[in-house]
Amino acid sequence: MEELVYSYYPGCSLEATSKAYDRSTRAVAERLGIRLIELEDWNCCGATAYMSVQELLSFAISARNLALAEQYGRPLVTPCAACFTTLNKTNTYLAEFPKLKEQIDEILDEGGLTYNGTIQVRHLLSVFTQDVGTEAIQAKAKRDLRGLKVACYYGCQIVRPLHEFDDPEMPTTMDTLFEQLGAEAVYFPMKAKCCGGSLIGSTEDVALRLIKNILLCADQYEADCIVTACPLCQINLDAYQERVCRQYNLNFQIPILFFTQLIGLAFGVPNEDLGLRTNIVPAKPLLEKYQALLERK
Amino acid sequence: MKSDVVLEESMHLDFLEEIYSIPGGEKIKDCIQCGTCSGSCPTSYVMDYTPRKVFAMIRAGMRDEVLSCNTLWLCTSCYSCYVRCPQDIKITDIMYALKRISIKDGKYPKGSDAQELSKMFTHIVNKYGRNHELELIQRYFLKTKPLKLLQNIPIGLKLLTHGRLPLLPTKIRNISQLQKIIRKAKSLGGF
Ligand code: SF4
Ligand code: SF4
Repeated sequence: MEELVYSYYPGCSLEATSKAYDRSTRAVAERLGIRLIELEDWNCCGATAYMSVQELLSFAISARNLALAEQYGRPLVTPCAACFTTLNKTNTYLAEFPKLKEQIDEILDEGGLTYNGTIQVRHLLSVFTQDVGTEAIQAKAKRDLRGLKVACYYGCQIVRPLHEFDDPEMPTTMDTLFEQLGAEAVYFPMKAKCCGGSLIGSTEDVALRLIKNILLCADQYEADCIVTACPLCQINLDAYQERVCRQYNLNFQIPILFFTQLIGLAFGVPNEDLGLRTNIVPAKPLLEKYQALLERK
Repeated sequence: MKSDVVLEESMHLDFLEEIYSIPGGEKIKDCIQCGTCSGSCPTSYVMDYTPRKVFAMIRAGMRDEVLSCNTLWLCTSCYSCYVRCPQDIKITDIMYALKRISIKDGKYPKGSDAQELSKMFTHIVNKYGRNHELELIQRYFLKTKPLKLLQNIPIGLKLLTHGRLPLLPTKIRNISQLQKIIRKAKSLGGF
């Protein structure tokens, strides 16, 4: 097989609150033989905040990354759902709206950069499931995940607004991946519903309610853990879980894993390299259950 | 206010023009008021006006009412409406546009501070080239709801002790290039 090489865009969250996502991504990619070369001097994609302040500015800072990536010609891959949507949307709109492209050209020129629209923006999940393929991933697994019940949570931004690799309402790529690895992907109708995003900071009550709906559903279908491909979803479901339980008088502790952490488990990556200790709801019960399952086999 | 009639006439034309000026904005003309957006929206239950209503109000020229309602600030950018709208209206983009006009005109509802979160975020990124989460939450809560900062200390501490809240920001190497880009983008105007 031809070597898979990408420019890697971790995004700001993966340098801070979601370092575990970055570490587990690198560890798993390495074992899959994928080369992720971090994009030199990348800047924040702008997330949803810039778009609320000034439109052209938002497209411009996002486009700087595309221009930097174009110097290397490799597809630009990010594990962050929000970065993926922002960069991909900028890329798509530049191709779709010539007037916008003209203005962005002028702006980039000011920084000595050009962008010709040749870069593909990818989410890590699509690289794994489409470029590598679930069977090839399974082939690298040291052990299977049989006996584990997983709720695959996609949230919003990896499948909306641009739904290039999965369904915007009922996505399945992650489910297929973990089923292939032996786990049971539980029925999870909340899989593509919103976690409230940044409302957790501005309008906490509303966000808590949305988080509650998601957790409750996973609990109802007896998931051992929720896996996600978005840093903001992870932190909302993980760090605020206790508060949700208090507010709604509920009682559960569902570990929230990055999907790369769970793949890493099947690959036999040491826990430290998966950053499992940084999970707020402890992953320990999950790991113990898994260990017990392994011993029984 | 009767005396404002003429003024409102001209404002309402500007308002639609402003919406038309964003990529794909003219599509708002095609809204058939089916309500799919409102039915898809996870936060419509707390909105002053649901997304469908907001679109009717925009076309009716109810500029002030639209710019000062809480709807804009409760939009999470989940894009559920966007992918379902039978008329392919880029609803989430229009919500963003309304947020921007609302900030520009200082029309956001009293007591709302989602706009502050966005403004501080951009302030931090303009300075470092990347976000610094600790600084963002500190500044935001101190400015808008100091009490909440106290309430959030347990969560902050948890993140800190789990190694998830670096104290120092990272700065990009070529920050001057980014700042040139930012200045130029601002100078080209738009909103
Ligand atoms: S879904 Fe589209 S057409 Fe229907 S009311 Fe909403 S904006 Fe209008
Ligand atoms: S993008 Fe905004 S308006 Fe549309 S459904 Fe989501 S929260 Fe509601």
